[in-house]
Amino acid sequence: MEKKAIRVAYGESLVRLGAENSSVVVLDADLAEATMTKGFKQAYPERFFDCGIAEANMVDMAAGMSTMGLIPFCSTFAVFAGRSYDQIRNGVCYPGFNVKFGFSHAGITLGEDGGSHQAIEDLALMRVLPNMTVFAPSDANECWMCVKAASEINGPVYIRTSRLPSPVYDPDPHFQVGKGRVLMDGSDCVIMTCGIMLEHCLNAVEILKGQGKNPALLVFHTLKPFDDELALAYAQKCSNVFTVEEHSVIGGLGDTVAPVLCGKGSFVFRKIGIQDVFGQSGKPADLLREYHLNGEEIARTVLESMRG
Amino acid sequence: MSKGHAAPGLYGTLCERGFFTRDHFDHFRQLHGILQGHPDIKKCPGVDASTGSLGQGISIAVGMALAAKHLGNGVKVYTMIGDGESDEGLVWEASMAAAHYHLDNLTVIFDHNGMQIDGTNDQVMSLGDAQAKFTAFGYDVVEVMDGNDMQQVLDAFHTPVCPGKPRLIHLHTLKGKGVSFMEGQVAWHGKAPNDELTAQALRDLEG
Repeated sequence: MEKKAIRVAYGESLVRLGAENSSVVVLDADLAEATMTKGFKQAYPERFFDCGIAEANMVDMAAGMSTMGLIPFCSTFAVFAGRSYDQIRNGVCYPGFNVKFGFSHAGITLGEDGGSHQAIEDLALMRVLPNMTVFAPSDANECWMCVKAASEINGPVYIRTSRLPSPVYDPDPHFQVGKGRVLMDGSDCVIMTCGIMLEHCLNAVEILKGQGKNPALLVFHTLKPFDDELALAYAQKCSNVFTVEEHSVIGGLGDTVAPVLCGKGSFVFRKIGIQDVFGQSGKPADLLREYHLNGEEIARTVLESMRG
Repeated sequence: MSKGHAAPGLYGTLCERGFFTRDHFDHFRQLHGILQGHPDIKKCPGVDASTGSLGQGISIAVGMALAAKHLGNGVKVYTMIGDGESDEGLVWEASMAAAHYHLDNLTVIFDHNGMQIDGTNDQVMSLGDAQAKFTAFGYDVVEVMDGNDMQQVLDAFHTPVCPGKPRLIHLHTLKGKGVSFMEGQVAWHGKAPNDELTAQALRDLEG
């Protein structure tokens, strides 16, 4: 199966969008080689603005540019969402400015650079801001659809992308902002995921099937607004509910699903993710195993927790 | 208005220029009022950026000036920053970018009254030679010795722009100018007078 890092897809998506829409401008903070905005920089140098290693200023410059009718895409590492958070909050979300954030290298699969650079909190930070739309595409095709959708939303949008090459699946013909996708129907447990954890959830599903289970698999490219209806319907159908994310279990997908289930029935509910710790250096595959996020580990947690 | 806490001054000016009627002042800082504690672009007509978190206004202004250059629409951008505000690193990040992108359509007005909430600039965080710093960051600096003298201020605005450089108008100002008990008093940085002192202040200003 073809593999492509979502950050690469982000870079290609910007070039494609730039051809369609001359109002699109891209800002980067000296990371164009890594966030993959270098393609846009080559294609449209007059619409690419390097802001130097100054993420806070990048975000507010984008805010100012949006007031003139431009559609700025700010690009840096997801870990710097924290560094520019006051600007994202007060400079962009509070006034509701039309600024997009394509933040890459999210999660522990950033790998060797270590815990200082592995964002495990960005989804939590972004979800809590009024006016913000939050995307976490699970492959290259979804990334393009999220980038395209972001350009059509009049307001702030966050797009979480990853460093590691990951499988490219068939595009969703029914992509819609705020709607989840049923990748696999099932009856006795449901796994809900987002981002590149999809690959590992698919591996887990194969293992679970081998153990005689019948898992459903849902993927959510939009964390906000969230598809409450789909999540609840499958929770009620399958009873055993598992969320899987390459993010802290505090404030991410799991905490998006939890309130949907509250008061709606009796479920087994486990949040599989980073368990309130920072990451560390290592190969992505080793890190996924260490933090119980590869297919085998996900399947093991599911089997240990399932009831009925 | 990058120093968003100076909102009352901004509101008075916007009202005089017809952006809203005087009755809104009765609801200043009150529930459902358009005149928030700090300027809010979504609520108050004439406000160009929601400010109050210091350092952000100048950074947004740099983005506006850069977009204006990119679009070639001839827009000129003006922003007022404070001296206390210049403790924020963002002021200097924004300044670096303004020089890097040769934003000669940007004018930064630097209100240098020497005071901030907890004391004088020198007590809290010395700016050192502010003018030398702004010059070193690439501004064409125009100094106004008496920033409370409107003629001097206007003259500064009419100085020719230096091509390729952002402009900074350095206003030496006196906080509380014209109000006997407020002049140069750091205690009045962010405090409203009671009825009696308000009457006194109005007498002083009309005097």
